[in-house]
Amino acid sequence: MDRHFSSQQMGQAGDERGQVARTFAQKALARAAGLDSVEVGEVVDVRPDVVLSHDNTAAIRETWLQFGQERIVIPQKLAITLDHAVPAPTTRHAQNHAEIRAFVREQGIRHFFEVGRGICHQVLSEEALVLPGQMILGADSHTPHFGWLGAFGAGVGRSEVAALWATGELWLRVPESVRIVLEGELPKGVTAKDFALRIIGDWGADGGLYASVEFSGSGLEAMSVDSRMALANMMAEFGAKSSYIPPDGKTVAYLHEGLLRRRTRKSGAASTDDRLPEIEEMGVFPDEDAAYRATYRYSSDELEPTVACPHTVDNVAPLSAVAGTEVQQAFIGTCTNGRLEDIAEAAAVVQGRQVAVGTRLLVIPASSLVLQEAMRRGYIQALIAAGAAIGTPGCGPCMGNHMGVPATGEVTIASANRNFRGRMGTRDAEVYLASPAVVAASAVAGRIADPRDIV
Amino acid sequence: MIQGRAWKYGDNVNTDVLFPGKHTYTAKGREEIASHALEDLDPAFAPNVREGDVVIGGRNFGCGSSREQAATCLVYNGVGAVIAQSFARIFYRNAINNGLLAIVCPEAAQAIRGQEPVSIDLERRTIECAAGCFEFPALSATVQEILEAGGLVEQVKRRLASVRSNS
Ligand code: SF4
Repeated sequence: MDRHFSSQQMGQAGDERGQVARTFAQKALARAAGLDSVEVGEVVDVRPDVVLSHDNTAAIRETWLQFGQERIVIPQKLAITLDHAVPAPTTRHAQNHAEIRAFVREQGIRHFFEVGRGICHQVLSEEALVLPGQMILGADSHTPHFGWLGAFGAGVGRSEVAALWATGELWLRVPESVRIVLEGELPKGVTAKDFALRIIGDWGADGGLYASVEFSGSGLEAMSVDSRMALANMMAEFGAKSSYIPPDGKTVAYLHEGLLRRRTRKSGAASTDDRLPEIEEMGVFPDEDAAYRATYRYSSDELEPTVACPHTVDNVAPLSAVAGTEVQQAFIGTCTNGRLEDIAEAAAVVQGRQVAVGTRLLVIPASSLVLQEAMRRGYIQALIAAGAAIGTPGCGPCMGNHMGVPATGEVTIASANRNFRGRMGTRDAEVYLASPAVVAASAVAGRIADPRDIV
Repeated sequence: MIQGRAWKYGDNVNTDVLFPGKHTYTAKGREEIASHALEDLDPAFAPNVREGDVVIGGRNFGCGSSREQAATCLVYNGVGAVIAQSFARIFYRNAINNGLLAIVCPEAAQAIRGQEPVSIDLERRTIECAAGCFEFPALSATVQEILEAGGLVEQVKRRLASVRSNS
């Protein structure tokens, strides 16, 4: 395996290998590279446990064909979802999906998820396809999502995924790490999304550039699994290479349930194997005194509902400063905030109320499991009764590829992760980002509103 | 030697303005991909950019999506290099993997003005513009190897070929 240092990092740690304290990223990269230890700045060839792609799989195949192979070398490691434009909105999109299905058949890809199953990051989490300490590389920039379960997830390009299919390995530079500590349980009405926006607002959209962002503290321990996903996922907007939240009992229980569900589906009979200890043992934790590029400390009681204003994610303001801004569209969904907890919060806000005249509310659950459970609990019924439109689980208008794109001059408030100009498909439209409860309250008020003023 | 005019933009030039998401699963072929370059940021870019021109950015150039067309749309338009104060990591990898030189040089990125002539000397590692001559740091060995091979696909092809001939 290749080992060399990028010039600026030479001679960083004089200690002998294996004796210095290590960050999570160092430990995870060493594992994936089959080495005892790695140094920050070192370039290593890693063999990821899972390789993710989605609607971009057909384009990746085009590149891979240039390698002249008949079979990809790691079919069992591939996970492919159809989620970015589903169901196909145009003939060209349908053609793209058809090519992906043909590839999946031809290469015998087991972990393939059809239109309607949901967004890649949510689906792979539910299916427990990635476990603590493992590495997932994905042709998707929100792959740091898998930090929620204590895995190393990083986004890569399409050519790189083609290279992974052909060789099973790829070079990565061992990143520096940034530590973020949150103490205390989040107050009512303040969510993981608000925390993420606060971090990005404080340190800029490049505040975590190239870094592994590693969280800790009692605030994280108190957070639900859904909230941890939102937080880890949003670190893509902080420039992070990967993110990390220490796995605990909640993480292990969630993954175990996913594994059993998958087994039950496969065998047709309820699976009751106890794999809890096995998953628990996979957990990888940073050393207490590992070296971090920076440490940022937050206390939950200093956080408040926060909104990202057009057209950058770090252009944040307290909710109170933008409340009153008229909105034509409110959108709840995406890999950041389309989960059960998010839909529950939205349903609680709109319950017994109506979406304002002149505003529309679009709700797209992140997965079919989320949708089923939200129906079972009556959330979807409450949302529809309030006037919401419900979409097929998938990305929806998040990247302007599918239904729900705004008209020129319109204002959208979304529970999404990006508000770049043109992101939702319309150059001259404004997108505000907020937590699902704020989006729901804004739908009811017709203008950006604080749910605590409504409920 | 890369020589051309500068197309200068600000901080956080994101992948959606480099190449809009609505085209990512449908646009195919060099010409179609090239035609959408920067369409939501600078509609004058794609029709007027010439072989060897250089794109200049501020901090965090290429932030956002992993879409590779954000880099290839520049390559297909003949862009010779991108100079920025810093790059988002996936964009940086995509650029190098497609043989597009991405240079981190904050001084040059700040000094260069839009539409002025710029020349880059790879051997001497210098950028020349109206404000003067700037030196940029050496590329890492890995990056150099990929660029020398003509991009990641070519590098992987070579690797696979040497594995085959050794077995
Ligand atoms: S929901 Fe949006 S950010 Fe998430 S994977 Fe889909 S397009 Fe990307």
